[in-house]
Amino acid sequence: MSEVPILRLNQDLSDKIRAHGAETYPHECCGALLGRDLDAPTTNSSDGASLASREVTALFALVNRRDDSPRNRFSVTSEDVRDAEKAAREKGIDVVGWYHSHPDHPAKPSQFDQDHAWPWYSYIIVSVANGRPETMTSWRLADDRTQFTPEELEIAGKDAAAHSAS
Amino acid sequence: MAVKVMIPTPLRAYTGKRDSTEVSAGTVGEALSGLTTQFGDLKKHLFTEDGKLRSFVNVYVNDEDIRYLAKEATPTKDGDTISIVPSIAGGCAPSCCCR
Repeated sequence: MSEVPILRLNQDLSDKIRAHGAETYPHECCGALLGRDLDAPTTNSSDGASLASREVTALFALVNRRDDSPRNRFSVTSEDVRDAEKAAREKGIDVVGWYHSHPDHPAKPSQFDQDHAWPWYSYIIVSVANGRPETMTSWRLADDRTQFTPEELEIAGKDAAAHSAS
Repeated sequence: MAVKVMIPTPLRAYTGKRDSTEVSAGTVGEALSGLTTQFGDLKKHLFTEDGKLRSFVNVYVNDEDIRYLAKEATPTKDGDTISIVPSIAGGCAPSCCCR
C-alpha cells in the first residue's frame, strides 16, 4: 500500500521558485523550502518510513556555491543550511526540503541528486529551457536511499494542469 | 557534562520527532556516541559502516565547524550545543547542458 504524499504550496511561492530558476539561467538556482507536515503520517513504506503530506509556507533563496560547474551542479554551505534552519525556527516552522533548477534538462532527479540527497526532505526540481521555467516536480528519497519517489505538487489557487508544462 | 544536541529535520524520524536531546559527553565523539546509543536508528545515517562520520554530515559545536577544530576529538563543556547539519547538494547529469 503506498499513497503519493502531497506537497502543497501557494501560487506565489511556486512562481518565485520558477522565477529564481529563470533568473539564474543558465546556472542552477537553489533554496530551502520552509513549512510543516500537515498531519500524522498515514503511509508506511516497505522500509518503515512514514510520509506525511506537507505544506511549504515560505522560501529561503540561496546562492549556488558551485562556482566550478554551476550549470549542472548546486551546493550550499553548511552556514547556508544553518541560516535556513534559523529562518524557519524564527517563523515557528521547519526546513522541509530544498529546491533547485535543471537548466535545459528534465525536472527529474539525476543520479548525482540521489547520491547527495537525504531521506525525508522534499526536493523540488524545476526545469528551465532556454531561460523559460517549465515543468516543476517534487521528490522524496527512500529511507534506504535507493530511489526517489515522486510526490504530488499541489499548487493552491491554481489548476494543476496549467502549472505543469507539457 | 551535559551538552545539547540539535537534530536536523530529516533525522527526527529516528529520534521520535525530537528536535534536540541532552547527552553527557566530554568530546563531540562521545556526544555522538551517546546520541546513537540513545537512538540506535540514527547510527547508519551519521556513520559509515567502518564507523567514520559520513562526509555529508557536518557537526558544529556552538557556532564552530568541528572540521576546523579537533574534529570528533573536539572537547565540549557543560551547556555547549552540538548541531548536526546536513550537506545539501545536487544537480542535473553532467551531460545535461554544458561541458
